[in-house]
Amino acid sequence: MKMPQPDESGHFGIFGGRFVPETLMEALAELDQAYIQAQGDRDFREELASILKNYAGRPTPLSFAGNLTRKLQGARIYLKREDLNHTGSHKLNNCLGQILLARRMGKKRIIAETGAGQHGVATATVCARFGLDCTIYMGETDIERQRVNVFRMELLGAKVVPVASGTRTLKDAINEAIRDWVTHVEETYYLIGSVVGPHPYPLMVRDFQKVIGEEAREQCLEYEGKLPDAVVACVGGGSNAIGIFSAFIADSDVALVGVEAGGRSSGAGEHAATLCHGRPGVLHGARTFLLQDEEGQIMPTHSIAAGLDYPGVGPEHSQLLATNRARYVSETDESALSGFHLLAREEGILPALESAHAVAHAAKLAPEMGHKGLLIVCLSGRGDKDVQLIEELADTRSERRRVAVASG
Amino acid sequence: MIPYVTAGFPDDGTCFSILREMAQAGADLIEIGIPFSDPIADGAVIQQTSQWALERGVRLKDVFALAGRLSEHTRIPIVLMGYYNSLLQYGLDKFVHRASLDGVRGLIVPDLPPEEAEDLRAVGEKHSVGLVHLCAPTSSPERIRLLGEKTSGFLYLVSVTGVTGIRERLPQELPEFIRRVRKNTSSPICVGFGISSPKQAQEAASAADGVIIGSAFLRFILEHSREKDLPQRVGTFLGGFRQALDEIRVLQ
Repeated sequence: MKMPQPDESGHFGIFGGRFVPETLMEALAELDQAYIQAQGDRDFREELASILKNYAGRPTPLSFAGNLTRKLQGARIYLKREDLNHTGSHKLNNCLGQILLARRMGKKRIIAETGAGQHGVATATVCARFGLDCTIYMGETDIERQRVNVFRMELLGAKVVPVASGTRTLKDAINEAIRDWVTHVEETYYLIGSVVGPHPYPLMVRDFQKVIGEEAREQCLEYEGKLPDAVVACVGGGSNAIGIFSAFIADSDVALVGVEAGGRSSGAGEHAATLCHGRPGVLHGARTFLLQDEEGQIMPTHSIAAGLDYPGVGPEHSQLLATNRARYVSETDESALSGFHLLAREEGILPALESAHAVAHAAKLAPEMGHKGLLIVCLSGRGDKDVQLIEELADTRSERRRVAVASG
Repeated sequence: MIPYVTAGFPDDGTCFSILREMAQAGADLIEIGIPFSDPIADGAVIQQTSQWALERGVRLKDVFALAGRLSEHTRIPIVLMGYYNSLLQYGLDKFVHRASLDGVRGLIVPDLPPEEAEDLRAVGEKHSVGLVHLCAPTSSPERIRLLGEKTSGFLYLVSVTGVTGIRERLPQELPEFIRRVRKNTSSPICVGFGISSPKQAQEAASAADGVIIGSAFLRFILEHSREKDLPQRVGTFLGGFRQALDEIRVLQ
């Protein structure tokens, strides 16, 4: 199967590359070499395959969403169940790959950033499993809204460092993780959680996530005897989307649809729909689409889903947009909540609010595609972490209703 | 000696007065920082001053105006330090042309390694604005040679693996690092990141050709921001560094 490969210095078209302080250039070259060697090493590949099977629980199922299909009266909908991966999201696939690499490189200390906390939990998990020291950077705003995941990380032995600079979300957690890496580069491995950052991260994280797409493609052919007409996935940094898209990029008849966070509105600072509303620039080591003002200052973002609340996006997505191979849309907070409830009631699955964006868009797409259509939604994570937030939102709303009734 | 100040900090007028005092008190070159929302190579102090300037509404036109005003007052060379996205969004050619008109002689872009810098280098050559590269303790001899070959004016040695900021002492490995760089390039060497006192400046400068001091000045400005004679105080503070550096010349 042919996947687009970046050039030697990590460019997907004009996107990607390595825009980092000089201190990190040797470390990135070393990482690149170690990764190329590991890929060529059968022992590495076999160990990763074994641990994905016996520890993560792969392959994850491709579930036919029969109730949802009947309700929407359109395309047959399948769910790629990354929520059933150990730790509750697709994030573990990448963490297992990178932790084996870090161990090969002799690194003793792991750092990572996290937004929703899913990547933080997955990183803390692999560090516990492989006995490595673990530090997670997380924005103060995200710590507030994802408390359960903070506690999970701490239970797993990780140190969670609150980030109080800038917008106090994922972007700032990445800034702080990069500063840590610059300072402790010799002994530290930076385990990036998405297909963002300088080369080789976007390529490497994609490769560790492409198992999602490979399994889904095979399962779809087995169950339906044909490829899907469309594959839908949510996009923050874009790792689950690249993971599932990558197996279908060469199949030009398969529509690839990325769903970004539409937030409260399309106004500046009210959403995190980078590919829908942004333009190319350089942030966090790569040239890619960004949400920025006319002078290149990075804009604040908003999404109900902390994992999508990021003003950049993986450079390969920028290239998939530029070449029209994938299209990118957005769904609002409100719509994502409807997607959450829809899947809960129809299929008995609580999706992560991130994944609920993909569900919400699929619910619009399926009727348009008609009964002959076939649709795969990447269910990137489970929603347990969001239950408290949804409860608080429901409380606020019923409170508002009571106030409205009382005053009306 | 090269002092660094974030443009528009603490305000446009005071910033200009501070730079003018610095020029009079013995700066050899002045580095003006362009505030950016996500300064990944900077520590707490410059993060704070950048944030401050951005919240005050400092834009690129203000940075250029500051450079322009300063270049009318002094013949000391001016360089701008900024993150690549600021240049990219303004337009590389437009940015460099405008900078050159305002008397800027060089650019320091900490997130732009030479591998990605060809576009900016070409534009810089067109408008006679040099691109200064940074060199880190982690840079291999091959990279030091590449950086020395590509840099313009001087090579900016990052004294430590880390971000900018105040530090208690210089790394023990610094003299060895400077020797390693000398062996691989004939370019003049200026050392920066973490130089916080006249004594440290003296130590660093004894093996190098110059020192760059940022966070120490900015912290001084933060601590004395309410004083009416702030610019003069900064000048006096800089004078202490100047004197320490001049003592080396006498000794040598």
